[in-house]
Amino acid sequence: MNAIEVRDVRKVYRRYGRRTQFGTLKSALLSRGRTHDLNQTTTFEALRGVSFDVAQGKTFGIVGRNGSGKSTMLKLIAGIGKPTSGEVQVHGRLSALIELGAGFHPEISGRDNVFINGMMLGLSKREVATRFDEIVAFADMQEFIDAPVKTYSSGMYVRLGFSVAINVDPDVLLVDEVLAVGDEAFTHKCLDKFADFKRRGKTVLLVTHMLDLVTRFCDDAIWLDHGVTRAHGDPKRVIDAYRLDVAAEENRSMAAGTAIDATRRGDAPTDMSTAREGRWGSREAEILSVEFLRRDGTAAHVFESGEAVEIRIRVRAHQRLTDFVFGVGIFSADGVCCYGTNTDIEGAQPAEFSGDADVGFHLDSLALIEGSYKIDVAVHRRDGTPYDYHRQLHTIRIASQWKDTGVFRPPHRWTFSSGIRITGL
Amino acid sequence: MLHSLRQLLRHRALIQSLVARELKARYRGSALGVIWSFLNPLLLLLIYTFVFSVVVPGSPSRQIEHYPLFLFCGILPWTWLSSSLLESANVLVAGGALLRKVLFPAEVLPLVTVFAGLVHFALGLPILIAFILYYRVPITADIAWLPLIVLDQLLLTIGLALIVSSLTVHFRDLRDLLSNVLTLAFFATPIVYPLSEAPAWAQTLLALNPFTHLTVAYRETLVMPGLYSGWPRLFALGLLSLAICGVGYFVFDRLRDTLAEEV
Repeated sequence: MNAIEVRDVRKVYRRYGRRTQFGTLKSALLSRGRTHDLNQTTTFEALRGVSFDVAQGKTFGIVGRNGSGKSTMLKLIAGIGKPTSGEVQVHGRLSALIELGAGFHPEISGRDNVFINGMMLGLSKREVATRFDEIVAFADMQEFIDAPVKTYSSGMYVRLGFSVAINVDPDVLLVDEVLAVGDEAFTHKCLDKFADFKRRGKTVLLVTHMLDLVTRFCDDAIWLDHGVTRAHGDPKRVIDAYRLDVAAEENRSMAAGTAIDATRRGDAPTDMSTAREGRWGSREAEILSVEFLRRDGTAAHVFESGEAVEIRIRVRAHQRLTDFVFGVGIFSADGVCCYGTNTDIEGAQPAEFSGDADVGFHLDSLALIEGSYKIDVAVHRRDGTPYDYHRQLHTIRIASQWKDTGVFRPPHRWTFSSGIRITGL
Repeated sequence: MLHSLRQLLRHRALIQSLVARELKARYRGSALGVIWSFLNPLLLLLIYTFVFSVVVPGSPSRQIEHYPLFLFCGILPWTWLSSSLLESANVLVAGGALLRKVLFPAEVLPLVTVFAGLVHFALGLPILIAFILYYRVPITADIAWLPLIVLDQLLLTIGLALIVSSLTVHFRDLRDLLSNVLTLAFFATPIVYPLSEAPAWAQTLLALNPFTHLTVAYRETLVMPGLYSGWPRLFALGLLSLAICGVGYFVFDRLRDTLAEEV
């Protein structure tokens, strides 16, 4: 038994700026076709033939970039708007967490608004009355429920809206990115509520950018990209494919953004660790390129936390050198030095460097937390005088499935003696 | 039509609550609160009476006994009609967030404005009765027709409100057009003058205005002496109002799917 059936759904919007949908009163009343007679330049296809089923009792995730058609899909399922072609069917009572508190009237009390909002969502007055205490308790609003809604903070507003919508007790719940709004405690409460929904065999459709949520909660997922299905099936697989694609795109944009030619004139700063980005040096030796390589040798700019990486520096000596040091530094986005080293610190004795050569700096495990990192690479004399110093000219991004904090992520594991049962680690 | 009635019944609790909210929200924060509902028609009446019996003591006021009462009978229902229509022209656009984000029967919104207008109308009735008593006009059994007249007007207003509200979403110019049409209609309805005073050719035209018949009916049942004999017209008007209601629902229903995208 399917709770939601979506069959080859297309949705065409008119681009804004056109005066109106109907030219004349007559066309408004008589013409059935609404957008098919408009040409390509005036329309925008938000969905181009998407199909999927959601079985009853399953939790289904929709992921995709901004503008991929996720929210449009959700609105069509919610019945707000009709697909241009194709079919959407929902079996059972539906509640949509799309815009929380839409329809709250600012001048009247939270209490009155709960009643009206509940009735708008399809409850009878009596049904709202029996759930009223639960709604208020869930939103944690006992103190303010009789104050006019205009005095509420935006968090209170959203909490109350969420609480009403979720207490409608739907068979099918549509959730659009609402978990991002509450504080931590409220988010946990919401997740518990979803888990509870799941246990009771309700169907949940989740649109979110919180990808772990999808892998954790969903039985099935779909990835929409520019209105078409890019992947559909097991959430882990879909999310992995999506993450890879996002990473690939970031790679492209970061590669395009690397400014190796940003040569700075003038003397090198005395303390490099606090200098601004730039490039200094006398260029007896020159850094030609810097690449970040995965274990399989492919170049990238986005890495998983814990992945092995080689920073490969292509260098050229314009004359035979005997005094040279190669160095690498890793800085977090806010400028904190996560790690810095060079061949001199590590006790290497330079002997000879001439012509073109590659220097590889190998990290077996990129033990960093999620975020962007700036990389310094340099070749300089032992007294520190630079031949060629790239200060924060290279950027990599670390993606991580964990939201841990700190400066680095040391390889670690947990152990528990008997008496503690814990799963998922 | 049948469907629309069912719809209305299904959402009556919601409409009720929304009307209550409308009234509550309207007077929140004002010192006089609900007294304004009485005060507004009273002040309006004062102005019109002053203008037509002091500033221009022309023909209508001189010949009519109890001119303020005569005027009030016309202004009270007119205010209901015009304010309902003016507000309906705005109500869908104003409630845009609702239509775009919540699955919500859109016709509830114009209905709420009409019913809120009805409540204000009902609050004005005691003042009208007070006037009748003040002028010692006998209250006759004719008053029993009042509910039917109100029902006629209710249906007529709902029909027009449905048309106005849904069309305004697509044709925003209607809003400005409407206020002018209403001004014209105000004078094309025998509110400040009696129908019998108009020249014969004008009377024929005025008879085409359904609101003329409503105003005349209010007046004849409430303040005119003699038994009310216009009731066949009242039933005919009822049928017409019902038809307009049907047209209104058809128009609204045709445009329903496009509302969420356009507001």
